Amino acid sequence: MADIIDMPKLSDTMTVGTLVKWNVKEGDTLAFGDILCEVETDKATMEVQNTIPGVVLKIYAAAGAQLPVGAPICAVGKKGESAPDPTAKKAPAAKAEPAKAAKTAAVPAIPESTGISCAPQALPASGDRVAASPYAKRMAAKAGVNVAALSGTGPGGRVVANDVLAAASSSAAPAGPVNVAVAPPADGKGIQADADVAVSSMRQTIARRLLESKVTVPHFYLETEVDAAPLLALRETLNKRLAEAAGKDAKDALKLSVNDFILKASAEALRRVPAVNASWAGTSIRTHGAVHLAFGVALEDGLVTPVVRDAQAKSLREVALDAKALIAKARAKKLTPAEMSGSTFTVTNLGMYGVTGFFGIINVPNAAILSVGATVQKPVVDAQGRIVVGQRMVIGLSGDHRVVDGANGAQFLQALKQMLEEPALMML
Amino acid sequence: MPILSYREALRAAMREELTRDPNVVIMGEEVAQFNGAYKVTEGLLKEFGPKRIIDTPISEAGFVGLGIGASMLGIRPVMELMFWSFSYVAFDQIVNNAGNIRYMSGGLINCPIVIRGPANGGTNVGATHSHTPEAILAAHPGIKVVCPATPYDAKGLMKAAIRDNDPVYVMENTILYNDKGEVPDTDYIVPIGVADVKRTGSDLTIVAHGRAVITSLKAAEILEAEHGVSVEVVDLRSIRPLDEETVLASVRKTHRVLLVEENKPFCGVDAQLSHLIQAKCFDDLDAPIGRVSSIDAPQIYSKPLEDVQIPHPARVVEAALKVLA
Repeated sequence: MADIIDMPKLSDTMTVGTLVKWNVKEGDTLAFGDILCEVETDKATMEVQNTIPGVVLKIYAAAGAQLPVGAPICAVGKKGESAPDPTAKKAPAAKAEPAKAAKTAAVPAIPESTGISCAPQALPASGDRVAASPYAKRMAAKAGVNVAALSGTGPGGRVVANDVLAAASSSAAPAGPVNVAVAPPADGKGIQADADVAVSSMRQTIARRLLESKVTVPHFYLETEVDAAPLLALRETLNKRLAEAAGKDAKDALKLSVNDFILKASAEALRRVPAVNASWAGTSIRTHGAVHLAFGVALEDGLVTPVVRDAQAKSLREVALDAKALIAKARAKKLTPAEMSGSTFTVTNLGMYGVTGFFGIINVPNAAILSVGATVQKPVVDAQGRIVVGQRMVIGLSGDHRVVDGANGAQFLQALKQMLEEPALMML
Repeated sequence: MPILSYREALRAAMREELTRDPNVVIMGEEVAQFNGAYKVTEGLLKEFGPKRIIDTPISEAGFVGLGIGASMLGIRPVMELMFWSFSYVAFDQIVNNAGNIRYMSGGLINCPIVIRGPANGGTNVGATHSHTPEAILAAHPGIKVVCPATPYDAKGLMKAAIRDNDPVYVMENTILYNDKGEVPDTDYIVPIGVADVKRTGSDLTIVAHGRAVITSLKAAEILEAEHGVSVEVVDLRSIRPLDEETVLASVRKTHRVLLVEENKPFCGVDAQLSHLIQAKCFDDLDAPIGRVSSIDAPQIYSKPLEDVQIPHPARVVEAALKVLA
């Protein structure tokens, strides 16, 4: 029966070889040790010796071909035999790259043979020892919380830091499922059902992060009022020009929103006060070169914060296009976790709901969050001391006081205010 | 900035040090005429000649001993082991003679050697060729051990190793030899004994060395993209001396740590790290210290099985999720 000769593995790091030259042709008779061909590897060109005496029935690989180790190159057998089909896989001959299988297959259960395991064991149900992590115990001591009274959410019922955080934030001790039952409406006609609505793991994670932010980050708050008239005028002009440029496709033209301007202005303000584009890292402050802006999109399920990456390198149009694409994805629930993480600064806007001013909770590990209120018409004093109608928008900054101090935060807001009131500066 | 492969970075380091200091010589099996079993020393014989680039017989105990002796008289040999597995036949020289001479001579004699070569499995070369002996070597005071994971670190650590006046053992990796990265063509050093945060994060710290760093960075991306977890990856770079402070600072920040190593578990590098972390950061830990090592068996010869034996991203992700539970 004929044998198929494969591309040999000529060195331990070889994965592919180039068949430089054939030393034999179909019909030649080969002895053991005859040179079949020359193969070039990552290191050198080597001669391949024949190990199967016989006649070359068929050559599968052309001279010059680059093939992976294990690919068939020729068939050797008895004179007159027909050459086998090189694609038919014999079980031992198949040398396909198994690493891919290991990656995509489920991870095999690996026995911890040294007996050292951190698999959670069921912790004793009662007794005087409380299972709590060292960090949780330390936090509990600082917060004046009794660890023994908590029900832990860690493996085996261990009390972990989050449980202490949750307990510290409520006046009563117990964490985990909180008893919030109240009397149902006396007339039976409530504003909604009295029910326990299951919380998705994403919402739980968001809740945990918000709590951790509020409890561990020392927030401070600054606000300023911006004259929004120049911005709104520019927006109207640009949108009009974009529609004109689109001609008959005017209704598909890009429409810049106020939020797009604020995102771009924030990136430029961060360029001027880069100390705010940083994160508290325990024993250092990590400054970030790129500005990745998270912004809030309200869905019926809750709030998501997609991220516009590298806003410092994008034009207003590019930021707007990115934001629109992300909002569409958010509404279609197609945002990936990667698109919702990695921000360096967050912008949140409740202007469309008529909220005139507010302060957000910092999105750790950002150092600040910008909150934007509605633009309202109000009487203002102009340069000549007359009272005229102005368009004013209140913007707020919540800052992490470990990273941003009052002066930096104020400088940032000042730079942002200037950007928004003189939007031409964004062109520089 | 130039992009070099890990192999080219090592070569650049050796070339620069050979140029800078006439006492530096390269020795080893096939380093000269064959241009190196893994082509790390390619071109050096041509450039520096047979008095600086020296082919040795297949006798590790012999030529390492020769290099150690020469180093006590002023030569600075950089000795290649084709596999660090072969160090075991020269163990007495490497550990006893090189490692102890400064102490035993009362500081009168020092041994400024470098021994370098691949210390890795994952290439289907079997149980006797796949050792990662950094933990065993680092157990001996008097020796320094470094494990570069990137081309930048490879060049910087190799130069630091050659300039160091004590034995420095460089653990390379054949699988990393083709990895490319930015490597300045300036005369820069990566100091021995300084770890590097290769990725910042806030929910979990992964500490690794060598190729396990690259594996951990891949796992970190999966953890962020698919599980919304922010992972910090610390590359030890030096095993001895060990940069404790960088590791501990990271643990204090994230409160949860996973150690990843290609070593077998018993007395692997992570066994020492685990002790350090619990001893110095006990009250900062919100979960037990997790660990992913190579599976505790002689290095497997079957390729699909060996791929599972060595830590791979799926196994690191699984272990990380346990630590985060």
